[in-house]
Parts: sequence; structure tokens; C-alpha cells
Amino acid sequence: MKPFDYARAQDVSGALDAGKIIAGGTNLLDLMKLGVETPERVVDITRLDLKRIEDHEGGLRIGALVSNSDLAVDDRVRRNYEVLSRALLSGASGQLRNMATTGGNLLQRTRCYYFQDVASPCNKREPGSGCRAKGGATRLHAILGASEHCIATHPSDMAVAMQALDASVEIEGAEGTRTVPLAEFYVLPGDRPDIETVLKPGELITAVILPAPLPGRQTYRKVRDRASYAFALVSVAGIVSVKDGVIEQAALAFGGVAPRPWRNLEVETALAGREPTRETFDAAADILLAGAEGQGGNDFKIPLLRRTFRAVLGELTQGA
Amino acid sequence: MKTTLTINGASYELEADSRTSLLDALRNHLGLTGSKKGCDHGQCGSCTVIADGRRINSCLTLACMMDGVEITTIEGLGEPGALSPLQDAFVRHDGYQCGYCTPGQICAATAMLDEIKAGWPSVVTDDLTASPELSEAEISERMSGNLCRCAAYPNIVDAISEVAGVNGWKEAAE
Ligand SMILES: Cc1cc2nc3c(=O)[nH]c(=O)nc-3n(C[C@H](O)[C@H](O)[C@H](O)COP(=O)(O)OP(=O)(O)OC[C@H]3O[C@@H](n4cnc5c(N)ncnc54)[C@H](O)[C@@H]3O)c2cc1C
Ligand code: SF4
Ligand code: FES
Ligand code: FES
Repeated sequence: MKPFDYARAQDVSGALDAGKIIAGGTNLLDLMKLGVETPERVVDITRLDLKRIEDHEGGLRIGALVSNSDLAVDDRVRRNYEVLSRALLSGASGQLRNMATTGGNLLQRTRCYYFQDVASPCNKREPGSGCRAKGGATRLHAILGASEHCIATHPSDMAVAMQALDASVEIEGAEGTRTVPLAEFYVLPGDRPDIETVLKPGELITAVILPAPLPGRQTYRKVRDRASYAFALVSVAGIVSVKDGVIEQAALAFGGVAPRPWRNLEVETALAGREPTRETFDAAADILLAGAEGQGGNDFKIPLLRRTFRAVLGELTQGA
Repeated sequence: MKTTLTINGASYELEADSRTSLLDALRNHLGLTGSKKGCDHGQCGSCTVIADGRRINSCLTLACMMDGVEITTIEGLGEPGALSPLQDAFVRHDGYQCGYCTPGQICAATAMLDEIKAGWPSVVTDDLTASPELSEAEISERMSGNLCRCAAYPNIVDAISEVAGVNGWKEAAE
């Protein structure tokens, strides 16, 4: 690991433009050990007062330093945002969830093998160097939203649930506070896969805001190579309400398949007002998968996403 | 840089490079070699210690971030002649072969049982709003952050089940 200066922020303003932020450290230190991240100055924000989950306009305001465990087990989250609780509990391990924070989880980097291997060319790590994943091992890679320059996926489970819940991110910067919908927070790779979010250098995430819970049933289904302690190959976060035998409203987001937690509102429109039948689900899946493209090693994700999508919709609408 | 660490109730003055992980501080600087390094990347759990009552991976923690935090390592849970209930159960159930993962397993299980007491659900809990009932499936899920290269899993689950008083635990039923 490259040597660095360590400093501890005493307040939010002291964390702005101060250096590379460390919260739980579970992603940053991992990448520093690999030589992928090489900050000269590391700013510890763990003592800041950003650890509260507060009631906020019918929903919740989640401090950036709330741990993944504390968020998952919060009574309000378990009761009203089951999809989020389940997504968090499906991620990493008990130990890691105790360390991982809400802000850090949103900003964790891809698990692309070549991104983590500094001997490989990688446009995300070193813009313009090429993409070793193309034509390489692509089991973890994207089928939606990728570009010719980068086909990596965003690995977070939490962010997928938050995308379905219409969360927004509260950001503090030199010019003040702004709130960005999660749908606009992550940017697609295009020709600059090193730029992953609209967060500017030196800015701090202070909170995530959840609007009031949607009606209906919620679930998070994660398909992976082993039953626990593995990243998603495909995941589906769903909130669906059914009234008089037809789907009233559906909010759906998908993990493991794209450079950001994936949401496509046309899929939801195609479900609304329809009977929850296999034909309805397949027609919506056709819209979801219209632009899907496999890379070889991840071709299986196209049928797997369709089946997982159908299974989740079946579960959420059955007997409703 | 200087950091004051509180480990197993004792205070230690650490003078180390900022890069030093809590795991390396324990093992290489303070002579507490019970915590083990398996992967150094958060992928195996053998470095698990308890920080302010919560299990964490000491390999992904900087020692200099841990001042003011009460750290418990396997050395602080018990010792020969005065084993903790989980240490004792691991011995009786043969919850290991080589023993390399064992300190991490026992630290993780110790804190995991407190999570159950606090009513934390897991991803295999059906009803997230009810208090979880401990079962072998729950133990396996909650202990998935601790790999055992020797695959002593069945005996590890038995040892934890006994201490947790899981209903229907095999020998208890006999
Ligand atoms: C073995 C392993 C398995 C895992 N499995 C899963 C899984 O199945 N699902 C899953 O979703 N995740 C998984 N993870 C990833 C884990 O969830 C993330 O590492 C964690 O959420 C990151 O949070 P942190 O607080 O530790 O971030 P850090 O490592 O502290 O920071 C991560 C990044 O965010 C920046 N940052 C942190 N906080 C802020 C802030 N408030 N404002 C601005 N920037 C900030 C840092 O500068 C850094 O770039 C796994 C990790 C490991 C090691
Ligand atoms: S997929 Fe993206 S992250 Fe992976 S090697 Fe290619 S450019 Fe790098
Ligand atoms: S050594 Fe820390 S998790 Fe493997
Ligand atoms: S007993 Fe050998 S690794 Fe678990």
C-alpha cells in the first residue's frame, strides 16, 4: 500500500476538499491494498454526527454513516421498507455490514477482476488504457447500459433497493447542500467509465432520503454463485400493489446487470393496469431486455434476469 | 503515528505507520496472535474481532481509526481453564480441524448471539418484523462471513446451536 497521511474530520466542513474519505473502509482499504486506490491523504469521517435515522416528510433520512447493519435492523425499515432491509441483509457478511456505511456502500467500486488487477488495462482505472474484460472473463459483467469502453457492473445490493424506493442523495459541497435523485446520481460509463456519479471531487454524501413507503408488497431476490456472502449475478428489488385483480403500481430495480442500479419506467408502465399473468410479465420483460447484450461469459444473465423478474412478480402478486 | 488502543480491557500505546491494519497491529506490534490473517481482504473472516460489541474484520480496519473503541479478541474471551461457553463447545464438538479459522469463528459467533438477543433478523428470516428464531439455517446464514478451509461446518453449527439452545439440537433431544 502506498503511504498516506491520515487525518480525522471534526465536522462536515472539515471533510470537504480534505482528501480521500474513509468511512467503513471495507472497499477503500481493500482497493488500497491492491494498489487500485492510491490516495495521498485519507480523511476519516467516522466521528461525524451522521449516524442517525430520522423520520422525514413521511419517509426517512438516513445519515451517511449509518451502518448497513443498523439500517437493515431498524424497526421502521423492517416494517415499511422490507425491500431495503432484505437487500442489505443479503449483502456481504455480518462483520462487513457492521463496518460498511450507507455513503460508502453507494460509492463502492465495481468487482470487475481487471479493475482490481493493476497489471491489466482498464479504462475505469486508467482512462484510455483499454478494457481487458472485453473478450475476457465476463461472468460478473453488464448486459444493460454498458459501453464499448467499459462493461462493469455496480455491485451494491442496497442501492438497487433504494433505486426502487425513489431515494435521493443529500450532498454537501463547498457551495452548499444539494439533493440528487438516485436515478440521476449514477452516470453511465460512455467514454469516461472512470466517472461513476455526479459527486464532484471534495464533496461529501451526508444522507440518503427515502420518500414515504409505497403501498403493496416488497421483496428483494438475489441470485448468486453461493447461497450467502457473494455478490449478485442478478437481483430484483420489487414493490408491487394489486387491486381488484390488476396490478395497480409496480416499482422495480435490477442489480448485477448494469453499471448502475437499473430501473426502466417503461417496464413499470407495461405492468400497470394489467392482470398479473405470465403473458403480462413476459411482455414487460421483453421491454426490460430489449437492449440487453451478452459478452459471452455473462450471456446466461439474459434468461436469468427474465426468470428472476417473473418469479418476483409472481411472488408479489400471488393471492393479492 | 501514535494511537491508544483498548484491547481486552487493557490499554496499549501503538506507534505504527498509518497503513497498519488493526489485524497487523494486533499480531505484529502487540503480540496478540490469536486473530488470524487468511485473505487480508474481508473475504474469509479469520481476522474477526469484536469492536464495541460488534464483530468486524480487523484486516479492513486501520488501527489508527480505533482509539476509544473497546476491542475484544479471542484472547479476551477466555483462556485455558476458563473457556467461554463457545470456546468450550467448539472443543467438545470438534468444531475445527486445523484450527486456523477458529478464533474468527468464535469471535463472530459470540457477537452473532448478541445480535440474535437484540432481535436482528437475517436474510433467511421469513417475517422481518418478528423476533428471529434461531435454527441451523439461521446459524449458517449468520456465520457465512467465516470460511473454514477444513469444512468443519457441521460441528461448528452444532457447537453454536448448543450454546444458543437451538430447539431440537441433536444431542439435546436424545
Ligand atoms: C468480501 C466482500 C463481500 C461483499 N459483498 C457484498 C455484497 O454481496 N453486496 C454488496 O452490496 N456489497 C458487498 N460488499 C461491499 C460492501 O458493501 C462495501 O465495501 C461497503 O458498503 C462500503 O462501505 P464503507 O463504508 O466500508 O466504504 P469505504 O470503503 O469507507 O468507502 C468506499 C468509497 O466511498 C467513499 N465514501 C465513503 N463515505 C463517503 C461519504 N459519506 N461521502 C463521500 N464519499 C464517501 C470513499 O472515499 C470510498 O471511495 C462486499 C465487500 C467485501 C469486502
Ligand atoms: S469492464 Fe470496466 S472496469 Fe472492467 S476492465 Fe473493462 S474498463 Fe475496467
Ligand atoms: S483476513 Fe480478514 S477477512 Fe480474511
Ligand atoms: S479448522 Fe481449518 S480452516 Fe477451519
